[in-house]
Amino acid sequence: MTALGIDNLNVWFGTDRDRVDAVKAARFDVAIGESFGLVGESGSGKSTILRAITGLAPTWSGGITVEGKALQGAKRDREFYKTVQMVFQDPYASLHPRHTVDQVLSETLHLHGMADIDARVERLLHDVGLGKRFRFRYPHQLSGGQRQRVAIARALAGEPDILLLDEPTSALDVSVQAEILNLLTDLREEHKLTYLMVSHDLPVIGHMCDRLAVMKDGEIVEIMQSDDLRNNTAKHAYSQSLLAASVVG
Amino acid sequence: MSLLEVENLWVRFPTRQGVFDAVRGVSFTLDRERLGIVGESGSGKSMTGRAILRLIRKPGIVEADYIKLEGQNLLELTEPQMREVRGQRISMVMQDPKFSLNPVMTVGDQIMEAYLLHNNTSKAQARAKSIAMLEAVSIRDPERVMRAYPHEVSGGMGQRIMIAMMLIPDPQILIADEPTSALDVSVQRQVLDIMDGLVKERGMGLIFISHDLNLVSEFCDRVLIMYAGRIVEVCDADKLHQAQHPYTRGLLNSLPRLDQPRKHLEVLKRDDTWADAASVRGGQ
Amino acid sequence: MSDMTAPDLTWRAWLLTDAPTSRRHAQLASFYQGWLSLRSNTMAMFGLGILIFLLLVALFAPFIAPYDPFVQSLGNRLQPMGAEGHLLGTDSLGRDILSRLIYGSRITLYIVALVALIAPVAGLLVGTVAGYAGGWTDTILMRITDIFLAFPRLVLALAFVAALGAGIENAVLAISLTAWPPYARIARAETLTIRSSDYISAIRLQGAGALRIITKHIWPLCISSLIVRVTLDMAGIILAAAGLGFLGLGAQPPSPEWGAMISEGRRFILDHWWVATVPGLAIFTVSLAFNLLGDGLRDVLDPKDGGQ
Repeated sequence: MTALGIDNLNVWFGTDRDRVDAVKAARFDVAIGESFGLVGESGSGKSTILRAITGLAPTWSGGITVEGKALQGAKRDREFYKTVQMVFQDPYASLHPRHTVDQVLSETLHLHGMADIDARVERLLHDVGLGKRFRFRYPHQLSGGQRQRVAIARALAGEPDILLLDEPTSALDVSVQAEILNLLTDLREEHKLTYLMVSHDLPVIGHMCDRLAVMKDGEIVEIMQSDDLRNNTAKHAYSQSLLAASVVG
Repeated sequence: MSLLEVENLWVRFPTRQGVFDAVRGVSFTLDRERLGIVGESGSGKSMTGRAILRLIRKPGIVEADYIKLEGQNLLELTEPQMREVRGQRISMVMQDPKFSLNPVMTVGDQIMEAYLLHNNTSKAQARAKSIAMLEAVSIRDPERVMRAYPHEVSGGMGQRIMIAMMLIPDPQILIADEPTSALDVSVQRQVLDIMDGLVKERGMGLIFISHDLNLVSEFCDRVLIMYAGRIVEVCDADKLHQAQHPYTRGLLNSLPRLDQPRKHLEVLKRDDTWADAASVRGGQ
Repeated sequence: MSDMTAPDLTWRAWLLTDAPTSRRHAQLASFYQGWLSLRSNTMAMFGLGILIFLLLVALFAPFIAPYDPFVQSLGNRLQPMGAEGHLLGTDSLGRDILSRLIYGSRITLYIVALVALIAPVAGLLVGTVAGYAGGWTDTILMRITDIFLAFPRLVLALAFVAALGAGIENAVLAISLTAWPPYARIARAETLTIRSSDYISAIRLQGAGALRIITKHIWPLCISSLIVRVTLDMAGIILAAAGLGFLGLGAQPPSPEWGAMISEGRRFILDHWWVATVPGLAIFTVSLAFNLLGDGLRDVLDPKDGGQ
């Protein structure tokens, strides 16, 4: 069974003359336990696919299946939110400025109907490498990396199977990026997670993912193994040019 | 004599919890070269760039023994004199062109205005010069771009326009603060190539501020590595990968590399002594 | 959860900590930080001082006021300022102006408090619901708001009072009814920007419903800008109440409402200027105090740079 199935997915914004086709006929499958990457430049539609899966981009056609169940429209049921969670790009924008870490996690746990919230909050913080002393801080009292850890803890609160990662480290310093990527690697192993990760950074995707799709102007131009990336055996001209631009000279 | 000499530069911000030193005693010189300043957020690299132009906002304080531009101490200039220096002799390109361009004026009007401000010529000549400027930064269709509003141009195009504007008064020094981090990789190269060509052609000094070690090592001649408001290491850009300081090494090793796959990335272990060690001189 | 305060820690250090130890501690600390930045604003503290003074005066009016504000003494009418026993003089019926001013502060505070409770809450409700729901709900709610906005405030209030009858409660109601639309607009504009932010998307992905998102996530961010706006509008509200009083549609004589006092004094304004001027100055001072405080609060509460 596949964790995520994307079949002939089209996503668009606006209507008639203002219509912008953000994603055109995208098709890929992510196996359970796999880590799959979406690479492309800004405007290539890679993040839009994540937003369509989560219902944040309501206008789409084609097929999206999550663990064998087909999704419809923009409405998602409780079961979906327990299966799929998302980590956003900018940790400075993804936490409510007036809520403490404790409030963020407690509310999430409450929404997922969890019991024993107090102990769970502490365990979540421990899981993402934050100590108890971070529990009652406001976002402005945290660094970018710490915020992203809180965002990851929030995504893990409902014990999902699939994590959608939307450029989770692009707003962070490289040393912090390494910490967060390591954390994501460990969490994937510990919680048997499936990742769908979006990034413009080929080395990051190469590091994190088993397979990846290269996107350009809303279309997937090539799906390949990460090893193809390393051995420089990308077939499509665009993938090669992206690769050439990212490899250290 | 160097083009720019900075001696013992401090930038301080008084806060409720006491004075915060963003830059702590930095000294370096700049010739007609490409000088890179790298560091993580909060290392003081941007503050250093801004302090040279005395663009630190209140309540921030800039202190230095001197900041000499061709022997003239910028700290002794009055604000109107400083305004002459900004733009005329030292220009600055910021990270996001969207915030640097006026959204309600066409690109052409803005470039022409900048040109007319510095040169006493006719409008027609300013227009011709502006188009030439846009061509110089590899904009293929300058006539169309002249008529466009900032929101109608892409990020890479916007940054090229900014560079074109900054170069109009023919400055001696260009300070570029993360000029390409908002851009896609492919566009990044184009913008860098353009800047590189212009700097070489005109014999300017360039201060290139970035968090991207690889970019800096490829693009610059000399690199200052900043940590906690101080320079921890100075090296030739092409020898950056043989850098000695544990901080520089840590930064380099924490990058994921396609040619060296591994399960866990190396994590930078910070050492308090780095922040306490005296700042390294970035000059001859 | 207990507060784990080390004994050698001072209160100030405890409040300024970067690592709060409990929910209450976090709240108190953030409140204290806000208070500190408000305190550093001299003008705002000046405004706050005046308002606290006003509050105390209203609270202890019977003890402070030298005379009964309603007792007339026709032989003693229109005494000038500084006359024996009457610091601010007397009005046309020989009532002590200072005493009337002191008792009038109760009415002023009463009006201000009621309007401040009704109008922003109504505006917040309409604005956030319209902004979050969008579509038809938004269109209908905002067109209603536009209709209210289209009338000049005092004229609309006059119409309401005329329909409901004169009196303080009706004046309050009328002012509130005319005061909510700007709040609805602000709340809607804020909601529109908040709605598309990542943290709202994030909580939606946890399965939170519209009611929870509006009340728990959008309101806390809107409220601060509304509080600022309310304090800045207070001057206008006091003036509107005074205006209604002046026109004889607000507080009724012999009530010592400040607007009504000006209205009474206007007949003698050329010969006995203090009768109208003193309550006018009182209105001016309180309005100014609210404005100064509002300006200071904006710096502290504005969510755009909150906590920085």
